[in-house]
Amino acid sequence: MEALYATVTGVLTACGIYLTLRGRTFPVVVGLTLLSYAVNLFLFSMGGLASKSTTIVDSSFPYADPLPQALVLTAIVIGFAMTAFVVILAMRTRGDLGSDSVDGQRTDEPREERK
Amino acid sequence: MTLLLIILLPLIGSLVPLASARFKRTTIAWLVAILPAIALGVAAYHTTSVFSGNIPTVSLPWVPSLSLDLAFRLDGLSLLFVYLVLGIGLLIILYARYYLSENDSIVRFYGYLMLFMTAMLGIVTSDNLLLLWFFWELTSLSSFLLIGYWSGLSSARKGARMALTVTGAGGLCLLAGILLIGNVVGSFDLTTVLESRELIQSSPYYTAILLLVLLGAFTKSAQFPFQFWLPHAMAAPTPVSAYLHSATMVKAGVFLLARFYPVLSGTDEWFYIVTLVGLTTLLYGAFFALIKQDLKGVLAFSTISHLGLITLLFGFNTELAAVAAVFHIINHATFKASLFMAAGIVDHECGTRDIRKLNGLWRYMPYTTVLAAVASASMAGVPLLNGFLSKEMFLAQSLDAQMLGGLSWIIPALATLGSILSVAYSLRFIHDVFFNGEPKDLPKTPHEPPRYMRLPIEVLILICVLVGILPAILIEPILTAATAAVVPGEPPQVHLSLWHGLNLPLMMSGIALMGGLLVYIARDHIYRFHRQFKTLNARDSFESMVQKLVKLCQWSIDRFENGSLQRYMFWLLLTAVGFAASGLFQVPKLAGDKVVQPVDSVLIIGGVILCLAAIGTIMTHRKRLISLLFLSVVGMLVSLTFARFSAPDLALTQLAVEVVTIILLMLALFFLPQKTPKESTGGRVLRDLLLAGTFGGVIASLNYAVITRPVDSISRFFIENSVPGGGGHNIVNVILVDFRGFDTLGEITVLGIAGVAIYKLLNRLRLFMPSSDLEGRPWSSERFPVILYSVSQTLLPLALLVSAFIFLRGHNLPGGGFIAGLVAAVAIILIYMARGVEWSQRRLSFNYQPIAVTGVAIAALTGLGSWVFNAPFLTSSFGHFEIPVIGDIELATALLFDLGVYLTVVGATLMILANLGKVTTSHRPTKEKQ
Repeated sequence: MEALYATVTGVLTACGIYLTLRGRTFPVVVGLTLLSYAVNLFLFSMGGLASKSTTIVDSSFPYADPLPQALVLTAIVIGFAMTAFVVILAMRTRGDLGSDSVDGQRTDEPREERK
Repeated sequence: MTLLLIILLPLIGSLVPLASARFKRTTIAWLVAILPAIALGVAAYHTTSVFSGNIPTVSLPWVPSLSLDLAFRLDGLSLLFVYLVLGIGLLIILYARYYLSENDSIVRFYGYLMLFMTAMLGIVTSDNLLLLWFFWELTSLSSFLLIGYWSGLSSARKGARMALTVTGAGGLCLLAGILLIGNVVGSFDLTTVLESRELIQSSPYYTAILLLVLLGAFTKSAQFPFQFWLPHAMAAPTPVSAYLHSATMVKAGVFLLARFYPVLSGTDEWFYIVTLVGLTTLLYGAFFALIKQDLKGVLAFSTISHLGLITLLFGFNTELAAVAAVFHIINHATFKASLFMAAGIVDHECGTRDIRKLNGLWRYMPYTTVLAAVASASMAGVPLLNGFLSKEMFLAQSLDAQMLGGLSWIIPALATLGSILSVAYSLRFIHDVFFNGEPKDLPKTPHEPPRYMRLPIEVLILICVLVGILPAILIEPILTAATAAVVPGEPPQVHLSLWHGLNLPLMMSGIALMGGLLVYIARDHIYRFHRQFKTLNARDSFESMVQKLVKLCQWSIDRFENGSLQRYMFWLLLTAVGFAASGLFQVPKLAGDKVVQPVDSVLIIGGVILCLAAIGTIMTHRKRLISLLFLSVVGMLVSLTFARFSAPDLALTQLAVEVVTIILLMLALFFLPQKTPKESTGGRVLRDLLLAGTFGGVIASLNYAVITRPVDSISRFFIENSVPGGGGHNIVNVILVDFRGFDTLGEITVLGIAGVAIYKLLNRLRLFMPSSDLEGRPWSSERFPVILYSVSQTLLPLALLVSAFIFLRGHNLPGGGFIAGLVAAVAIILIYMARGVEWSQRRLSFNYQPIAVTGVAIAALTGLGSWVFNAPFLTSSFGHFEIPVIGDIELATALLFDLGVYLTVVGATLMILANLGKVTTSHRPTKEKQ
């Protein structure tokens, strides 16, 4: 099970990184989202993989490690805030510069309809 | 404590010119002179005490953690320099009043000058090595300002920059040397260091210390091969040159040699380095002083030469040589300051400093001619003047230097050669300028300068003559006191007299005078000889070096910072993967000792779908909508993963966030191109795949290595204290709102800030609106599907109820502010989607920004509230309350904090999505509005 979990984390990381290396804003945002899934899964597993456990006191199950859970919970919310910020930044960039490329060479696209 | 006044008065004095800017120039000069004059009086007050062998000190702690104290001492050497700095400084103040023209800001000049004076006094009186270094760098900075005083001139700017670079770099070497000394001795206290001669010389760091300290001294004193900055510092106004190059700046270097003489000298290294550098500088400077056609250039190179002479004397390692060095410091300061001032007068009255044009000035300014001639004679070492005495001692000492074995005769021979050249250029300075025919096309008709412009020179010349005739009475006491501070152990008996009998040094002096005359007569041959060499302009080569350095930096910046995110990411990731991999290499084997848990078919299927969805995301990334759909699959499965591994809170959060994220990305996609053009070349794709694959592999290995090893977590504390300390059964929630509440406060603040930033980014955004989808189909005219909006309206109250329920139970069961907030936000978003922004806005007529801000404020105030009860920030408390009908209920202040979290999440999420939604309505293509 551990090997499977680690493999999934690795695949998500690799896919996320490949997309962040693309030259347009949208794939980069998607890549960052994938990467944040991977990071969250990675951090979450730092307490070990606990099946049929709980983080509620006085229940009949053994305890899972609550600390990584608490940390990852806030990480998910912050991750959303950052994704939102980056994607709006991407929109703003396109609005102001007329291009969504991030490879340093400004290739302005033909402006179809602009208001 | 009066010692402090010596430093403080000039420091305050640097503000005097500013305060008196509205007065006349003469008044300003007098006002500026008052404070240094008082400081001179303070020094005089201490003189008898110092002469009788006392060393007044004062020490105040400044930065104790760095061993940096405001510690000052006034030993003989310090006293001598204090006299020089303040005495000549006062003369310069008077001289500058007449030298500077109406157009030059005298206020700025005096301000810089006093700052420089303070720095110089600080160097010579510091009793703490770090303090000494502090003042040392302050002289570099203030001399930069002085040399660049005429900042309109390119030569002034370049000269100043060069001086700052060279002396500043030397200062850093000095700092390194001082730190090493502090390391060896264990203290930066100068008194302690001066007593640790054996300790330092036996230390393995001795050579390094010596080299670093000497680098500091040599750069400051313009010793070969660092001499090149000094001639270009002549771009400064002449009063500055007269001050910097006679009594102060360059003397700081030789002062440093004298200061460290007791601890560093006496070794072979000291002898060879210092002697060789001094001798080279002496001859180099003397030769170029003979060649230069610029009046100040001649003086600049002669200064270099004389500094070389002083350095050489310190290198001899004998007590009498040290006495001679100190003596020559005094003499050189007096005659060189007066010569510079004389040169300044010539420049001022004739409008040029070119020796080829200046001739026969004695007819126009006979009085100045006499003064300059006496000063020059002193420089040449003519009897009855002070320069003769120290030069005689120098020649005598050069005869005693035996370290070169059978070749020791070279040193006196070269010393005599230096003296010959010295006589020749002194002669040239007088004969070429003031005699030798008529002046050639001068810009001005020369005449005698104002009375008070000559006064400083007269004072200095008087000293030259009196010391030269009556050395025993005038100079012996201070020289004895100064030498006592330089020479370790019993101070040598200093006996100065004019006549030592007919001996070898006297003969060498005679040879020097005669030889100098001959060289001067034969000077044309030397010029002709020199002309065949290509002249190197130090400033130009320095400048081109600086330019090359700038170009190199620019080039490397361009290489790395080309504006491409891809390149930055590539280097960043490569570095990261390097670090992560290097950690893995040190692990003996990948798998840990923990028993591996079995896999079941559900897990395998889930894992495979997760991987396939992730791969699908990248395979289809050029068709953005499809890619996004794959992404949502990944998110859902991640949420399930959390649920599977006993983290219901996480699963709920991930689920809610997933919904919000995908809605957000879809909205954004509406404004972004629907497709990604194919841009990456095959090579680039391969490179990225390799990097991504490596990174994924490293992360997977790392993850596997960690989770197969037993954990020793600090979580036991949280589990044990959750109920007794935090009053909640849901440990995750108690950690969030109680144990690590400060983290959470920070995080909701970030969330709020992100919301505000997005609100700002969307402000006045101009967007590209597609009027149809990719295949050219227009958007559906039915904007608000009936079923959706009926369902959403029914769902809203239910969803809000669920949200409240999740919020309230969060402290004891899965749930809490974050999740509840997200659920509420999703429900409201659904209304927006079903009914459109205008419709919803009319009914939800409030802004979301205040909600988010209120949330952060409630959380912060809850934290602050604990201060009222004298508890640390964010301390929580809880209790049980009996409420009629409902019954026993447990309330915790943490609930209030969680309410803050809840409001922030709702506010920020809606701020982001509703504002983005608003952008779509105002820009909707008009044909669809009908």
